[in-house]
Amino acid sequence: MATRAIVGEKVGMTQIFDDRNRAIPVTVLKVAPLRVVQIKDPRKEGYSALQVTWGVRRESKLTAPERGHFRAAGVDPGVKLVELRLDDIGGYEQGQEIDVSIFEPGMRVDATALSKGKGFAGGMKRHNFKGQKASHGNHKKHRAPGSIGACATPARVFKGTKMAGHLGNQKVTILNLEVVESDPLRQILLVKGAVPGPRGAVVIVRDSIRAPAGAVAGAGSGAHPEDGPLAEAAGE
Amino acid sequence: MNISEVVDSRYTKDDIPEFGPGDTVKVHVRVVEGSRERVQTFQGVVIKRRGEGARSSFTVRKISFGVGVERTFPVHSPVISGIERVTRGDVRRAKLYYLRDRIGKAAKVKEKR
Repeated sequence: MATRAIVGEKVGMTQIFDDRNRAIPVTVLKVAPLRVVQIKDPRKEGYSALQVTWGVRRESKLTAPERGHFRAAGVDPGVKLVELRLDDIGGYEQGQEIDVSIFEPGMRVDATALSKGKGFAGGMKRHNFKGQKASHGNHKKHRAPGSIGACATPARVFKGTKMAGHLGNQKVTILNLEVVESDPLRQILLVKGAVPGPRGAVVIVRDSIRAPAGAVAGAGSGAHPEDGPLAEAAGE
Repeated sequence: MNISEVVDSRYTKDDIPEFGPGDTVKVHVRVVEGSRERVQTFQGVVIKRRGEGARSSFTVRKISFGVGVERTFPVHSPVISGIERVTRGDVRRAKLYYLRDRIGKAAKVKEKR
């Protein structure tokens, strides 16, 4: 699991130029300072996590249980409550503030969010089926999936057969994205590449659980992984 | 909130001259050869501009030794050290793809006066 995590809001994508004048596609995340509302303890709750909130919500907009929960924690109510699963919750306390500065450029992170909902989608969009011929006598079957099984044996459709159905609006995690910039002052985090979800999606960012050898998941070195060994060799 | 603009503004230049499709421009491109760096110019007709902010780009077309050459640049790329407008063109569309099918005098863009 992750050793550090944060939650933010997807703002959109743009591009920036790096020191070698290459255009880098980045996703902009707005990360307001988080407040720790509750600490989930493995001895008590059975798992370790931080329950956090951010932003402001008027007290009159809260439900009574929420009001009690925030009051007991002694934390100002925020827009949402989100849990961040962590390996180690030692060192965190209720009411503590966390901001983007826990991530530094060069670090590898994973981003989790609900993907864009696509509704009921056909096989071509949902499973990348090829569809059928545009012509040669095809009649109203251009995007149909084709056969979904055999004949009298097994005389049924196997479970898990790929078919049309609901697509998107599910939890998606993109592993191993590079942090390009993190600015606690402007409350933004720039991550290289795309992040699931529409603009405004709530995105959980944690240090990568599967960073490749050479890339640093924990401590930020700021160096590009592909530059690492080469640059060192050149220096010797 | 549109933080994209906040991020963009730090990577965009504010000294881009006004130019558009049909204009003949001279683009000064920084070329790195080994450890040396020099400036190369690419002059031709702008056949398209697209995008906005940091993501915008434009394409310049010229005829080099009888062969049509097109180069697309990001407007705000640090590789570009300068853009000069040489002439203004009199054109009626935003994308001048029709120039690709023309040769010689027919491929000329009228100058705006």
